[in-house]
Amino acid sequence: MSGVVFALLGVAIAAGLAGTGSAMGVGIAGQAAAGVVTEDPNKFAKVLLLQLLPGTQGIYGLLVGFIALSKIGLLGGGINWDMPVAEGLLYLMGCLPIGIVGLLSAIAQGKTSAASIGIVARKPEQFGKAMLFPAMVETYAILALLVSILAINAL
Amino acid sequence: MAVLQMQKIGICALKRDRPAILEFLQAAGVVEVTQEEAESGAFARADMLEERQLAEARAAQADRALEVLDEYAPEETSLFSGLAGRPPADMEKFGRMEENAGKILEDADQILALQKEIAEKRTAAARLETEAESLTPWLSLDIPLACREQGRITILLGTVPGEQSSEGIAAALAGCGPDPERVVLEIVHADADQTCIGLVCLREDALALEEALRGIGFARPAKSIDEVPAAYVRGLKEAGKKREEEAAAAENRLRAHVNSRENLKLASDYYRLCAQKDEALSQLWQSEKTFLVTGYIPARESARLGERLSARFDVFYEVSEIPEGEEAPVLLSNGHFASAAEGITASYGLPAGGEIDPTAIMSVCYVFFFGMMLSDAAYGLIIFLACFLAIRKFPDMEENLRKSLRLFMYCGVSTLVWGVLFGGWFGDVVDIVSQTWFGKRVTVPALWFIPLNDPMRLLIVSLFLGAVHLFLGLGIKGYLLLRDRKYMDFFCSVALWYLLLFSLILMLIPSSLFAPMLGVQVVFPAFVNAAARWGAVLGAAGIVIFSARDKKNPILRLALGAYDLYGVSSWLSDALSYSRLLALGLATGVIASVINQMGSMAGTGILGTLIFIVVFCFGHLFNLAINLLGAYVHTCRLQYVEFFGKFYEGGGRAFEPFKRSTKYVKIKEE
Repeated sequence: MSGVVFALLGVAIAAGLAGTGSAMGVGIAGQAAAGVVTEDPNKFAKVLLLQLLPGTQGIYGLLVGFIALSKIGLLGGGINWDMPVAEGLLYLMGCLPIGIVGLLSAIAQGKTSAASIGIVARKPEQFGKAMLFPAMVETYAILALLVSILAINAL
Repeated sequence: MAVLQMQKIGICALKRDRPAILEFLQAAGVVEVTQEEAESGAFARADMLEERQLAEARAAQADRALEVLDEYAPEETSLFSGLAGRPPADMEKFGRMEENAGKILEDADQILALQKEIAEKRTAAARLETEAESLTPWLSLDIPLACREQGRITILLGTVPGEQSSEGIAAALAGCGPDPERVVLEIVHADADQTCIGLVCLREDALALEEALRGIGFARPAKSIDEVPAAYVRGLKEAGKKREEEAAAAENRLRAHVNSRENLKLASDYYRLCAQKDEALSQLWQSEKTFLVTGYIPARESARLGERLSARFDVFYEVSEIPEGEEAPVLLSNGHFASAAEGITASYGLPAGGEIDPTAIMSVCYVFFFGMMLSDAAYGLIIFLACFLAIRKFPDMEENLRKSLRLFMYCGVSTLVWGVLFGGWFGDVVDIVSQTWFGKRVTVPALWFIPLNDPMRLLIVSLFLGAVHLFLGLGIKGYLLLRDRKYMDFFCSVALWYLLLFSLILMLIPSSLFAPMLGVQVVFPAFVNAAARWGAVLGAAGIVIFSARDKKNPILRLALGAYDLYGVSSWLSDALSYSRLLALGLATGVIASVINQMGSMAGTGILGTLIFIVVFCFGHLFNLAINLLGAYVHTCRLQYVEFFGKFYEGGGRAFEPFKRSTKYVKIKEE
């Protein structure tokens, strides 16, 4: 079997899992945001910002997936269909951090965002602090992204 | 460039000048009125609650009238009206508000009455419509619904539930007594819900027949009407139409009030100011002939206010320093550049007593890091131009909004610079377009290096900048301790940490861990290595011994010291946190190239070019928006958590002067 299969599996995991996580996170936060806007439509811009925060994991997944695709050579040609299985597995491993951490951290961040939207509902002037709590969660997605990028780039 | 020095003032004046002086202070807007404890029993506070509530109710009434006007005759607003701010008030008109406001409120009353009228007419029309609707099944009946008895016969009219046939009903009537031959049954209307029937019978049979019909759920019409249903429904519809017309007429009359919108705004703000004056008034101590204002004032304003007051009124004006232990309210004052970031400081917390205003240093770091995270020259240019033009176009913009836009304008410049350094112009649009359309790949050269080709290098740069930022924070803490003459604290919690951390960095750089990251094996001379080792040992030992020096118990002291030394791990995590500079920078560039790639996939024909343009516009708009948000949030985080965490706590109370705070119009200071 060609290693390309495993490499593509890695790409699918990076973009797929992280994207799923972001979709869920943004969804969780969106429900809270919609509730606030029902009460006070003027807070729309603020809660929208908070709702978007868990969306970045999906982008990180896309980023890693894209870097992996271009390293494999599926973008712009030059792909080696006889890639050794070991090499394909290496790509797969490199994609795992952002896939797994992206999925779970985006969900956790979505819940935190929902709670922060609660802050904005009662005390809109505390927006700066409310924004900070979800940003704390994101740190770990960034660290995972870093490891994935460095690993794939080094291959 | 800092927190403004505050002073306390006391103003004692004659009661006859009270309205004028309050008016003057409100216009000046530099004094925060405070409630002091009374020194003698001769003073009392005036109870202004009623007046204040009345003024607030009037302002609210004008507001409601404005809302109604907006509903029926919306004001023309552009997409950017949120940026425009409050327009300046017509001062001549505003000056005459005292006499005119009452009349304007009558206008507001009329508007509200009209709104009520419209609502009532509409409800009435809807009710008539419903009634007409409920009579629809009877429309084919050509006798009045109320018609019951005529000579010897009785007419029974009513409904039975469900769809029934005349045979079914006749079956229900069979055996109840009267001869079926003496009964005439007619189905007026039948649908799935109900069947309307008419029954003609002899008067003496009526009772028994109705009883039998009740057995299958017969009910007479809810309302007995002395008219033929069709004519009656026609009447209802006409009445409903009339109500609608009346409502429309009332709406037109309401729209005619659109010209009073400006006046209503002025009146609302006038009463708002009155309420604020009443509130201030209720905080003042008053004797029989005099009154007393106490409050905080920025020191730079106090002399001028005193002069202006003394020139116009007979007052006793006293300025004193803030007593020890009293927390003064905080007002920040920064230059053109730094003041743009005041909002960022304020949303973390204003400096509490004794802290310095971090805005000046923070604003530089903010703009620097923001640009690095977004790092696309074209995006930077767009942000810069958008903010610059908005600021120029809307001179009446609210001050806070203007500051934020100014901050983003500078961030745009920073983004432009970093984009040029990293070679990002809408990602790699030049490469893609030149290769796809012109067959020759042209790359805009990066002034420094392209991050995607060398992420390791950017990681090192990020961590280095992070270390500088963190050490800067620690340095400010050191400065504060030195300023307060806490030399021992400076030595233990700043100097020793500098020694330890620098030594650790010097030890790490030549280690085999760093060699692959830097690409070269760094070799320091032996004495540097030795100095680093000894520095680390001394620093660590010093921290263990000195950090808990207020504890008597030596074992507890060393244990707490060791725990403090464990804080070195938090420095590591703080430094690693700056890797987000790399991650967010790469994210912008990579998504931009994905968009460009996608756009170019449709080929080079006319259609392909069109698709490219559409994908390009929407894609980059999306990328800009999402990364702008990311850069904003994560730059804030780096300032709040990593930087402020080293030296700044915040928690100060904002200075809230007694001033003309209006909703609709801006009042010029005379």
